[in-house]
Amino acid sequence: MAAVNSRKLAIVAVVGIIGTFAWLLYGGLDKNVVYFWTPTELIAKGDAGFERPVRLGGQVKPGTVKWDDKTLDLRFVVTDVDGVSDIVVHSKGAPPQMFRDAMGVVVEGRYGRDKIFQSSSLMVKHSNEYKAPKPGQNGKDMVKTLMQGNSTT
Amino acid sequence: MIGTLAHGAILVSLAVVAFGMFFIPFAIKRGRRDWVALAYSAVYTNFLLITLATVAMVWALVTHDFSVSYVAQVGSKATPLFYTIISLWGALEGSILFWAWVLAMYAAAVVWINANRPGNLVPYAATALMGISLFFGILLIGPADPFKPVFPVPLDGPGPNPLLQNHILMAVHPPLLYLGYVGMSVPFAFAVGAMLSGEVLTDDWIKITRRWTLSSWGLLSAAIIAGMWWSYEVLGWGGYWAWDPVENASFMPWLTATAFLHSVMVQERRGMLRLWNLNLVVGTFVLTILGTFLTRSGIISSVHAFTTGTIGYYFLAFIAVTLLVALALVAGTSGRLKDENRFDAPASRETVFLLNNLFLTAFMFTVLLGTLFPLVAESVRGIKVSVGEPFFNRMSLPMIVALLFLMGVGPAMPWKRTSMAELKGKLLPPLIGATVMLVIAVAFGARNFYALVTFAFVGFSGASNKFEIWYGIRARHRAHGENYLTALFRLMAGNRRRYGGYVAHLGILTVALGIAASSTFRTETEATLKPGDSMTVSGHTVRLKQVWGREEVQRSVIGATLEIVKNGTVTGTIEPKMNFYPTSQQPVPTPQVKSSIAGDLYANLQAFRPDGSSATIRLIYEPMVPWIWFGGMIVVLGSVLSILPTRSRA
Repeated sequence: MAAVNSRKLAIVAVVGIIGTFAWLLYGGLDKNVVYFWTPTELIAKGDAGFERPVRLGGQVKPGTVKWDDKTLDLRFVVTDVDGVSDIVVHSKGAPPQMFRDAMGVVVEGRYGRDKIFQSSSLMVKHSNEYKAPKPGQNGKDMVKTLMQGNSTT
Repeated sequence: MIGTLAHGAILVSLAVVAFGMFFIPFAIKRGRRDWVALAYSAVYTNFLLITLATVAMVWALVTHDFSVSYVAQVGSKATPLFYTIISLWGALEGSILFWAWVLAMYAAAVVWINANRPGNLVPYAATALMGISLFFGILLIGPADPFKPVFPVPLDGPGPNPLLQNHILMAVHPPLLYLGYVGMSVPFAFAVGAMLSGEVLTDDWIKITRRWTLSSWGLLSAAIIAGMWWSYEVLGWGGYWAWDPVENASFMPWLTATAFLHSVMVQERRGMLRLWNLNLVVGTFVLTILGTFLTRSGIISSVHAFTTGTIGYYFLAFIAVTLLVALALVAGTSGRLKDENRFDAPASRETVFLLNNLFLTAFMFTVLLGTLFPLVAESVRGIKVSVGEPFFNRMSLPMIVALLFLMGVGPAMPWKRTSMAELKGKLLPPLIGATVMLVIAVAFGARNFYALVTFAFVGFSGASNKFEIWYGIRARHRAHGENYLTALFRLMAGNRRRYGGYVAHLGILTVALGIAASSTFRTETEATLKPGDSMTVSGHTVRLKQVWGREEVQRSVIGATLEIVKNGTVTGTIEPKMNFYPTSQQPVPTPQVKSSIAGDLYANLQAFRPDGSSATIRLIYEPMVPWIWFGGMIVVLGSVLSILPTRSRA
C-alpha cells in the first residue's frame, strides 16, 4: 500500500515538474528570445518590430553621437554596415569612454512606435585586432592632459 | 629550445598514455596483475612529463622567451611578474596545458592511493583517466599547441588580455575552477571502471570516489563564487551573475554534481537510485567538457573565448565519443542493476532527496536549453537570437525556491517514514524562522512575490539546519554532560559528513540571502559631477574631489577621488578608476567597492571630461553582497568538514 502510494507520488511529481517545465518553456522561450537584427531587418519587420525586446547590431553613424552629460541622455544613429537604413537610438547613461564614430555596436532594447529605439544596454563590439587609438584618445595622452589640467588649477 | 623540450615531453606523454590505456584491458584479460602495475607507471610518467611541460611554460613566460608561441601571444616585458605567471591560464593554449596538468595530477594521485586494491575497478578507472588524458594530449600537439616555434623571435609581446590582468581574483577563480571541473573526471572514470569491471553491483566505486567528488564539488562551488566576485569587482556593472553562457557552463555541472551528492546517500543507505547515479556522474563529466567547448571554442564571444580555431570540432567529437561509450555501458549495465529497496512512504528523507534531484536536473536542463538555444537557432534556422536574463530568472526562480524549501525539510525528515507528530515538533522552529524573515523583508519594503518566498524559505531552512545541529549538541550535552562548545566540536568530529552537509546548507542559504537582498533592495544612480558636487544613493553621499591621472609600468590610470560624506564630515574616500592598456582600444573599468556587513557602496567611473572638469559616476548601493562571498566560504568549510576522515571515538 505504502509502496504504491509513493510510486503514485513519484509519478505525480515527475508529471507535475515536467508539466510546469513545459508550460513555462512554451511561454518562457516565446516571450524571452531576443532577436538580433540589423537596422534594415528591424525596419522590414514593420509593425512586428515595434515594442519587443531586440538586439540591434550595426555601426555608429559618424557625426550623430550626442551626449548631454547633465541629463545623461545619449542619442546616436545606428546604421547598417553598408549604410542602407538608419535607426535613432536613445539611451540613458554615459557612453563607453571610447565610443566613437563608425564603431560596431550592439544595443539591446525596444523600438518604439515613435521610431526611436530605447536602449537598455549598450555593448561595444571589441575587435581582436589592435587599432591605434586616435591622437589624444589613448591613455597616455589623456593622463598627460589631466595632469596639466590639475597642475594649473 | 625550451619549447622543443616541452613539445617533446608532451609527445612522449601522449605515447605513454596511449600505451597504458590499451595495455590495461589486455593485462586484465591475461590476468596479469604485474602488467597492470606496469601500466600504472604510465599514469605517473604522464604526470611527470606534463609537469615538465607546465614548468617549462612558466619558465618561458617568466624569462620572456618570445620564441615560444604562447609567450609571444600573452607575454609582455611590462607585465608584472605575478600577472606573467598567472597568464599561464589567461589564453586558450595555456589553459589547456594547465587542464592537462591538473588531470594528470588527479590521475596519478587517485591511482597511487588505490593501486593495491584488488579487483579490476581501479585498473579500468585508470584506463578511463588515460583516455581523457589522451584527448587533452592530442589538443596540446594539435589545435592548442602552446609551444609552436616563432620565427623571427619578437622583441616583446602584447601582454595578457587587459581584463585578465586587472584583478587579483584572476589568480583564484581559474585554478579553483579547473580543480573542481577536472576533479569530476575522477568519479566519472570510476563509474566507467565499475561498469567495465562489473563491480557496479557493489557500491565500492561510490565509496572510493566520495571524497574526490566532494572536494571537486567544494572547489567548483568556490570557483563559481570567485567568478561572481571577479565579475562584480572588475566589470563595472555592479552585478555578479547574468546567465552568461560562461557562467552557465560552470553552473550546469555544479547542479548535477549537487544532485549526485544527495542521491548517492540514498544509494549508500538504501541501495536505491543506482542507475540514476551512474547517469548523474556521466552527465556531470560531459557537462564539464561541454562547458569547456562553449567557453574555449570561440563559439560564444566573451572574455573566456579566445580564438575561433578548429578546437571546437575536437571537443564535439570527444563529447560524442564519451556519450556513446558511457551510454552504451549504462545501457549494458541497466539490466543487471536492481535497486534493493523501494520508496516506502511519501514523507521520508529519500522522497525529499528524490525531489531535490528532480528539481536540480530540471534546473540543469533549463539552463542547458537557454544556453544552447541560440547556437541551435543560428545553425538550424540561420536566425540570430539570444536568450535573455528574463527567461532564466522566470524559469529558475520556482525551482530555486523549491530547492530552498527542500533544504529545510530534508534534514528534519528521518529515513524510510515519518510520523506526523514527530514532524510537527521538528517543523516549529523552521516555521518561526520563515515568519521572522518574512516580517523583516516586508518591513524593509520587499513586495515582489519571489523575493518574499525566497526570504521566507531561507528563514525556514536556515532555522531547520541550525536546529538539527542544535539537537545534536543538546543530545551530547544531556548524555555526556559536555559543555555546549565541546559538544559542538565533538558532534562535528563524530559525524563530519552529516554536519558538514548542514554547514554547507547554511552556506548556500547565506549566499541565497545575499542574492535575494542585493537584487531586491539594490539602488543605483548615475550623475555627472564637477569637483565639489555630490550625489546620494540610499542615504550614502559622495562628493567628487578630483579627477586625476597616473602612469604605471604597464598601463595608464585615470581615476576619480570621491569623498564619502556622512553628516557633513568626510568618513573616507572611494576611488573608481579606468585602466588604459596600450594594446586595448577600450579602457578597463576598475570600480571600487566599500564593503560593510550591511552592504556595499559601489562606484564606477563611467566617463570624464579630458580636462578633468567633470566625471560621470555610477553609484550603486547593494545590501548584503558580502554575504554571498562569506556564504561561499561557509560552503567550502562545510565540504572540508565532510571530507575530513571521521576520527574514531576515543
